[in-house]
Amino acid sequence: MATLTHQESATAEQLVVTDGARKIFFTIILAGVVLLVVGLLTAIFHWGEAHEVVGAVGHEEGSPIWLKRLLVSLWHSNIFFLGVSAVGTVFMAINYVAYAGWSVIVKRITEAFSVWIAPGAAIMLVIFLVGRHDIFHWTHDRINTKGSPNYDAIIAAKSGFLNLPFYLIRMVSYLVIWWAFSWKLRKLSLEEDLNGGTQYFHKSVTTAALFLVLYAVTSSMSAWDWVMSVDVHWFSTMFGWYVFASWWVSGIAGITLTAIFLKQNGYLRFMNANHFHDLGKLMFGFSIFWCYVWFSQFMLIWYANLPEEAVYFNQRLGGFNGQYTGLFFFNIVINFVFPFLGLMTRDAKRQMIILKIVCIAILAGHWSDFYLMLMPGTLKGENGFLIEIGVAAIFLGAFLLLMTRRLSEASLIPVNHPFIDESVHHTT
Amino acid sequence: MTKRFALGVFEDEDVLLHAIDNMRGAGVKIYDVFSPYPVHGIDDALGIARSRLPIAAFFYGMCGLAFALWLQIYTLGFDWPMIIGGKPNIALPAFIPVAFELTVFFTCHGMVITFYTITGLYPRFKTPVMDVRSTDDKFVMAIELDENNSALPKLTQLLRENGASEVNQKEMTKK
Repeated sequence: MATLTHQESATAEQLVVTDGARKIFFTIILAGVVLLVVGLLTAIFHWGEAHEVVGAVGHEEGSPIWLKRLLVSLWHSNIFFLGVSAVGTVFMAINYVAYAGWSVIVKRITEAFSVWIAPGAAIMLVIFLVGRHDIFHWTHDRINTKGSPNYDAIIAAKSGFLNLPFYLIRMVSYLVIWWAFSWKLRKLSLEEDLNGGTQYFHKSVTTAALFLVLYAVTSSMSAWDWVMSVDVHWFSTMFGWYVFASWWVSGIAGITLTAIFLKQNGYLRFMNANHFHDLGKLMFGFSIFWCYVWFSQFMLIWYANLPEEAVYFNQRLGGFNGQYTGLFFFNIVINFVFPFLGLMTRDAKRQMIILKIVCIAILAGHWSDFYLMLMPGTLKGENGFLIEIGVAAIFLGAFLLLMTRRLSEASLIPVNHPFIDESVHHTT
Repeated sequence: MTKRFALGVFEDEDVLLHAIDNMRGAGVKIYDVFSPYPVHGIDDALGIARSRLPIAAFFYGMCGLAFALWLQIYTLGFDWPMIIGGKPNIALPAFIPVAFELTVFFTCHGMVITFYTITGLYPRFKTPVMDVRSTDDKFVMAIELDENNSALPKLTQLLRENGASEVNQKEMTKK
């Protein structure tokens, strides 16, 4: 609130995305394409497979493995980036509803994050319409028809919820809700920049409150639809929270990382260690929250040890010749132990270099968390990394291009926000 | 031992923060400031060094964790092994909730006790208060005086200039 160090008020700052920065983004995309091509070729020609087991494992049906891996990894990275992008709006909405002042200085970053919702939604619909059979077991032909060779009683019992029309309606409504509220909040914010006055703030609070109610439901349900239903025989009541926690902490890490890069390039003049401290606290806290949810899910399943539930962890711990075991433990270390110890002290949260390392670790860690949620259910033992990392790099480059373009469209500081002064004078 | 204090009473936290800066700039040593609620930035303004309580808290937490793990591993694994739910005697996932709770328990109790001991704010029958209004709506700045109150006239003027609504004198006896 009150610091005596300066009494200046905030002024508008315009981000200029340099050609150098754009070149870096295109390089990331290019590197992704190269990795993807190498990965695809490797998968098609089975390079590097010493012991030929092709055909022995056998995928029940559908596409060749390279196509399957491509579709699943597109789905995987898209869900991660779409979720992180939506978290931009969620973060802003929560701060509106809480009447929080300190976060105003990063508000434009959160707005810019939501730019990916529209392209992400389009990609998601296309992947689902084209490649759903390779991702979702429950979409197979006649799986709900009694007497057909494909018939599966458990899936048939779930067909009231998991059927194509209803699934599509749900998917489109989640995406439209996320997109529309992001668009509305962005519009109000830009109008506020032009005209000033508090009416935009009050309107934003109302919009944000409504959005949060809807997001609470849609984030949970989208987690069941998009992630949990790949393991269609299995279910977990913690899953909505688990996916949300993953998106949320990665979103905060992304926002912090963007703020650090902007700060290090001379923007965000009034952003100081106090703001980074608060962002760091949120990352620290929500890394613990993620682990709490993860452990709650794990411990109940481990303790009860019911076959239909435990299969999820059997696959990930030692299943498929232990393919996922290393990643399983890596997941906990990088998403919980590392941020927990790394961000524990006050100084760590106030220094950009440590924050930067932890942000990158959290983003990579939660991307692999989604990997671990999706791959065993879809690809079984035939997973890999080249295609997946390639696809992720392409998404990252495209996301950065769009996000920085939107950042440069308006002042980095929302000068007419009623709480901007509080944010400038924030102390922790 | 009796100590004498000049008490500047302020109505507003911003005025108080500026007053602290100006008084310290004028070379006055401020004994302490009492406020009804925590004021942001007041530690920096007063030049108070950061507390080392978090370091103590970390070690209390480690003690709690060690105690919880020892308790469960010793009792369930060695002293009286029992098979529960077909799990091994030392089943770590099942120990984590208790370990977590005891870590928190040790940390908060240790911190509260340490804090009260260091600051002297522990509960007692008669609490020394400079000015009771600092628990309601006033901010009180205390400055220690010498035997003869020689600095009082100058301090009074300085406090008044910096927005104190009144300046009082108070003697505190430490038993």
